[in-house]
Amino acid sequence: MSVAPAKALRTFALNGEGVQCAFAPNKTLLEVLREDLGLTGTKHGCEMGHCGACCVLIDDRPVLACLVLAIEVNDRPIRTVEGLAKDGRLHPVQEAFAQCGAAQCGYCTPGFLMTAAAIVEQNNRLGEADIRAAIAGNLCRCTGYTKIIEAIALASDRMHEAQPGG
Amino acid sequence: MAERSERDLRTVSTATNPDGDARPLSKSMATHSILRSAPARPAGKPEGFSVVGAALPRVDAYAKVTGEERFADDIFLPQMLFGKMLRSVVPHARLKRVDCTRALALPGVVAVATGADLPVRYGILPSSPDETVMAIDRVRYVGDPIATVVADDELTAEEALSLIDVEYEPLPAVMSIEEALREDLPQIHDNARRTNNVQKEVHLVFGEVDAGFAEADRIFEDEFFFDGNTHAPIEQHAVVAHFGADGKLTFWCSTQTPHYLHRIAAQVLELPGSHVRVIAPPIGGGFGGKTEPFAHELAAGYLARKTGRPVKICLTREEVFYAHRGRHPVKFKVKTGVKSDGTITACHLQSWLDGGAYASYGVATTYYTGALTTVTYKIPAYKFDGCRVYTNKPPCGPKRGHGTTQPRYALECQLDKIADALGLDAVEYRKRIAVDPYTTTVNGLRITSCGLRECLDAAASATGYTVKKGKLPRGRGIGVAASSYLCGAGLPIYWNPMPQSGAIVKVDRGGGVTVFCGTSDVGQGSNHMLAAIVAETLGVDVMDVRVCAGDTDLTPVDLGSYSSRVTFMAGNAAREAAVNVRQRIVAAAAQKLGILPERCALAARRVYDIDHPDDQLTFIEAAQAAEAAFGTIVGVGSYAPPKLAADYKGSGVGPSPAYSYSACVAEVDIDLETGEVTVEKLTVAHDVGRAINPAAVEGQIEGSAYMGLGEALMEEWPFRAGEHKIPNLLDYKTPTSLETPPIHAIIIETDDKEGPFGAKESGQGPLNPVIPAIANAVADALNARVYSTPITAEKILKAMDAAAGGVLRLRKPAPVAVAPV
Repeated sequence: MSVAPAKALRTFALNGEGVQCAFAPNKTLLEVLREDLGLTGTKHGCEMGHCGACCVLIDDRPVLACLVLAIEVNDRPIRTVEGLAKDGRLHPVQEAFAQCGAAQCGYCTPGFLMTAAAIVEQNNRLGEADIRAAIAGNLCRCTGYTKIIEAIALASDRMHEAQPGG
Repeated sequence: MAERSERDLRTVSTATNPDGDARPLSKSMATHSILRSAPARPAGKPEGFSVVGAALPRVDAYAKVTGEERFADDIFLPQMLFGKMLRSVVPHARLKRVDCTRALALPGVVAVATGADLPVRYGILPSSPDETVMAIDRVRYVGDPIATVVADDELTAEEALSLIDVEYEPLPAVMSIEEALREDLPQIHDNARRTNNVQKEVHLVFGEVDAGFAEADRIFEDEFFFDGNTHAPIEQHAVVAHFGADGKLTFWCSTQTPHYLHRIAAQVLELPGSHVRVIAPPIGGGFGGKTEPFAHELAAGYLARKTGRPVKICLTREEVFYAHRGRHPVKFKVKTGVKSDGTITACHLQSWLDGGAYASYGVATTYYTGALTTVTYKIPAYKFDGCRVYTNKPPCGPKRGHGTTQPRYALECQLDKIADALGLDAVEYRKRIAVDPYTTTVNGLRITSCGLRECLDAAASATGYTVKKGKLPRGRGIGVAASSYLCGAGLPIYWNPMPQSGAIVKVDRGGGVTVFCGTSDVGQGSNHMLAAIVAETLGVDVMDVRVCAGDTDLTPVDLGSYSSRVTFMAGNAAREAAVNVRQRIVAAAAQKLGILPERCALAARRVYDIDHPDDQLTFIEAAQAAEAAFGTIVGVGSYAPPKLAADYKGSGVGPSPAYSYSACVAEVDIDLETGEVTVEKLTVAHDVGRAINPAAVEGQIEGSAYMGLGEALMEEWPFRAGEHKIPNLLDYKTPTSLETPPIHAIIIETDDKEGPFGAKESGQGPLNPVIPAIANAVADALNARVYSTPITAEKILKAMDAAAGGVLRLRKPAPVAVAPV
C-alpha cells in the first residue's frame, strides 16, 4: 500500500511499436519510461526541465520527459535513445558521438542524441551556429560541447551526403 | 539478450567504417595537434605503439550512445524500497526532538532511521571525523540530513517526510569567513581549544623569506576572492544497497572512491570489511563531488540491513547542491617580491577558506591552497599561512583542481600585474621564471618532466598572443596564464605502506583479456586507459580487453578517481600486470618459434619473430601455449609512488610522482555598455606526458576549459538568510553551448620517465590556467581589474567606474513606455 493513486492503463506508440502499460497517473513520462517500461536510457538530471538529460522525441520533436505527464501523451509517437538504432544499425548521431568522443561520462548523452537526431533528420547540413543554438537546452558538464558539436556536424554531413538533395 | 544486440550493433558499426579497417573503430577520424618535446617513436616499426597514442573511440563508447550503460539509478532490484531524507530547514539549531511516529504509520512506509541509529562519527580524512550520517543533537546547515524514510515507492517516502515532527532550538548562524573568525558567535563544532570557528590553521616557511623581500626591487601586494561553486554533474548521486541472506551488504553507488566508501561503511555500519562490497557502476560525472561517503549512502546501507530489502536513494538536484563538497570560497592576500627583471625573490601567500559545516577534505584543501605555489615558477623563499573555518553552509570539499585552482587564479592575476608594471611580455616573463625539469622546489617537491615552456609557446603562437596583447581595441582583450597539477597525491588519505593501485590481468583461452582494477570511471575514460595499456602491452586490439573496474570484492584496490592519480597509478599497475602476463606468453611462444624471448614481438593479435615477422603464432595460440606451460594466466601489478614527502608537518600534501603543466590563452570581447563578457576563444596547451588516447585527452582539456569558463564568469555560491539562493540548474548558471566558445586543445608530450608509456594526467590540470587567463584578458580589455570571481557584468562596470576615478555614472535605464491598454 502507498499514497500513490490507482494505476491507469494506456497504449503508447513507443519506438515504432505499440506498448500497453499500467502506471500511476501522476507519473511523468520520464518515470513511466524508466520505471514501468524498463527503458532506463532516458535520464533524470533535475526533474525541473533545466538540464535536458531526459529529452525524448514526441511527434519527432524534442520534449523534456520530466515535464510531461505520461497520461497526456496519448497515442503520439515517442522515440527514446533505445529506439535510435534501426535494424541493427546505429543512427548516424550515435555512430558520430562514439567516433568523435562526444560522450565522456555519457549521462547527458541520450538527451543530446535525441535533440541531435531531431535536428539532423529535419534539416539540411547543419552549420556550427545552428548546432550550438539547437543544443542550448541540453547541459553537459564533461565535454565543453566541442566534440558534441563536431559529432552532430559529422552526422549531419553523413546523412545528407547519403541523400543527395536532402 | 542486451549483450547480443550490443555486439550486433558493434559489428554493423565496423562494416560502416569507410576505411574498411578491421578495427572496430577508425583511429583516423580526427586530426589532433600533438607537439612532442621528446622524439616520438617512429610509426610502423614493430616496436611502435598501435593502441597507445591512437585517438580511438573508448571501449565503453557504444554502451554510452545506445542507452545501455547502466548507472546506479538505472538499477532496479525486486522488492526494492525507495528512500528519502528529511533535511534541516534552518542553518543552525539544536535538535530538540525528532518524532517519526506519524511517518511510520503512513501506509507504504517500511522503516525510518534517525541520527540516533547511526552514532559513529566519521570523516573522509581520519584526522577530522566530524560527521554523523544524520544529525544527532545539532543541525549545521540548511540541507543537513535529519531522518531517512524508506517506503514502497518514492512518493510515499516523500509524503512521509512531512509527517516527521522536528523541534529546533535555533542558534545564530555563521555565514561568512569574517563571522567565523568572530568570538561572539557560537561554535559550529565544539572545540574547547578555540573560541571561534577556525577548523584548521597552517603556517609554513621555506627559505629566507625576510631576506628575499629585503633584496626585492619591487614588492606587490594584492587581495583576491575566489567564490565557491559546485560540480553539478548531470548525474545526481544515487545508491542501491542490498543486504543479502549471507549477511553481506552490497552497494551500487555513484562514487569516485569505492575503496573509501567500503572502509567507512564498514566502520559506520559496524560490519566487518569482509561483509561490505562496493560496486561503482559507470559514474555520470563527478569532478570531485562524489569523492567521499555521503549520508544517503550510509543510510541506505543501514536501512537495507534493517528491512532486508534492497534500498535505493537518489538525490534530487536540490539535494545535490546540499551534498556539495564543492569549491571552497577562498580569500587571499598575496605578497610577492621581485627584482627589476621580474625574478621572484620571495612570496607570502595567505588564504582563508570558507569550509561550510563539516571538515570533508578540508584539511588537505587548506594545505593545497599553498602547497603547489612553488611548482609552476621558481620561488626561492616562500611563506604560507592558511586558515579554514566552519560556516553554516553545505560542506565544501574537493572540486577539479582541489584547492590549487583558487591560488592559481590569485597568483596568475598578480603575475600579470607584475609583468605590466615592469614592462615585460607576459608570456616571455612566465617562460623565464618557469620551473626547470628535474629540480626540487623550496618546499621540497620533486619536479620531473616539465613542459611548461612548451605549453606557453604553443598557446601563445596558436593565438598570436604577443601581437595582440595590449593592442586590441578597448573592450577586447587577450590574457594568458599557466599552472601545474598533481599526477596523484603522493600519500594516501589514511596512512599505510601499501600500494595505491593494484591490477590483475587475466587471459582467456579465446584470446580475451580482462583487466581487474579498483578504479571508478567517472567519464574521464579510465576504463579505456586501462584497456589501452593492457592491449598495447599484449599486442591485442583494445576491444579484446574487458575492463572490470570499481568492485571491492572483485578488483584490487585503487584509491579512487581523485587527485588526477588514475592514469599514473592505476595505469602503472595495469602495465606491470600486463608485463607479467606478457613474459609468460613470450616465454612459451619463443619456445614454439624456436627463438630467444628477446626476439618476440606482440602486435595485431600475433606473437612473432622480430627479425622474421612471418614466423608467428596467433595471440590465442601463444596464450594457450603459455597456459599449458605455466598454468592459469594471471598477472598482477601494483603501484606505490616513490617516497617523496619532505620532513616537516604538512609535507604530505603536495608531493606527487609527477606534475602536469598547462597554459591557457583567453580572448574576450566585453560590451562596455552592459559589462557583458563574451569569451571568443580558449586555447589550452597541456603537458600530459603522453596521450594514451589523444581524443580522450583533448576531451579532458576541452571540458576543463569549459568548466573554468563557468567558474570565471558565472558560477557562484550565494546565500540569503542562511539558505542557498540558487540550488537548481536554472539559476545556478553554467555555460551552455552558446556561452562556450571554440576551444583549441593542444597536447604537449614530454614522455615522463615514471608514467605508464610516459603518461601523466589531463583531468584537472588544464582547468587551472583558464580562470586567470580569462581574468587577465578582461583586465587587458578594460585596463582595469576585477579582483574576485565570478567576473560578472556588475563587477566589470564597477571596476571600470573605479578605474575612471569613480566619475562614471552608471546610466539609469530609460523608463519603459507602456502603451495604454
